[in-house]
Amino acid sequence: MDLANIAFIIFSAITLICALMVVLARNPIYSVIFLILTMFSLTGHYILLQAQFIAIINIIVYAGAIMVLFLFVLMLMNMNASNEPNKSILWKAVAVLIAAGGFIAMAAIYVKNMGDNSIVPTTESVSGQALPPDFGYVKPLGKLLFTDYVFPFEIASILFIAAMVGAVFLGSRGKSNNQTIN
Amino acid sequence: MNLIGFENYLWLGSALFCIGLLGVLVRRNVIILLMCIELMLNASNLLLVVFAKMFGNMNGHIFVFFSMLVAAAEVSVGLALIVLIYRKFKTIDSSFLDKLKG
Repeated sequence: MDLANIAFIIFSAITLICALMVVLARNPIYSVIFLILTMFSLTGHYILLQAQFIAIINIIVYAGAIMVLFLFVLMLMNMNASNEPNKSILWKAVAVLIAAGGFIAMAAIYVKNMGDNSIVPTTESVSGQALPPDFGYVKPLGKLLFTDYVFPFEIASILFIAAMVGAVFLGSRGKSNNQTIN
Repeated sequence: MNLIGFENYLWLGSALFCIGLLGVLVRRNVIILLMCIELMLNASNLLLVVFAKMFGNMNGHIFVFFSMLVAAAEVSVGLALIVLIYRKFKTIDSSFLDKLKG
């Protein structure tokens, strides 16, 4: 068993255990910490899959920016395990059934198609050719992003301005509401 | 034995997605609901990267990039809304927030 397989097993175990702990942890702060650990193990998977740029972006954007935002908001609200709302046992059982049913449905599709190499190939790639040596590097991705995908890229900047203006507007509106109430 | 075959990643991605689904159904804290949606988005991102390597085509990486951009925008607006709701009602219990009128 080579190093990549051992890394795959370790990263998969960390991913699944931490994802389960996000759901099961009583304290929302712990949930955020476990979600950050999940992101880090997913970054390990991305490196194993030769997606170096995506791996770095995952660390910077998800673990660095989005999770810090979550943590800030949780600490702003002073959330802890004692004021954490809880669903009824019956609904929890139904939820577990729904999630397990979804997994079994997906598993059935995989198992049914497992022998068909064109749907779920077990070899290195579908086309049978070796990957280019710069697969997943910044340079070919940047070329792709600024030629084929330049229009969605510009639209994404508009989306970000809209999100920024929306967040600032919502934040300031809440503050003025509060002042008029007091 | 090569474990990094694509079928193992399919199992991992669908398990991760179902854990996110379970979290959305089980929890009542709206912030944790958002985090579980992030978990589901990450499961699909992982599978997009797997398919990109499977077909030897980097368009999948571009899709992951855009999905991360949209997730960042979604989280910033969503958290602003949650802070607003918390200031008004002093709670972020999702079963409390079942009326359209505030």
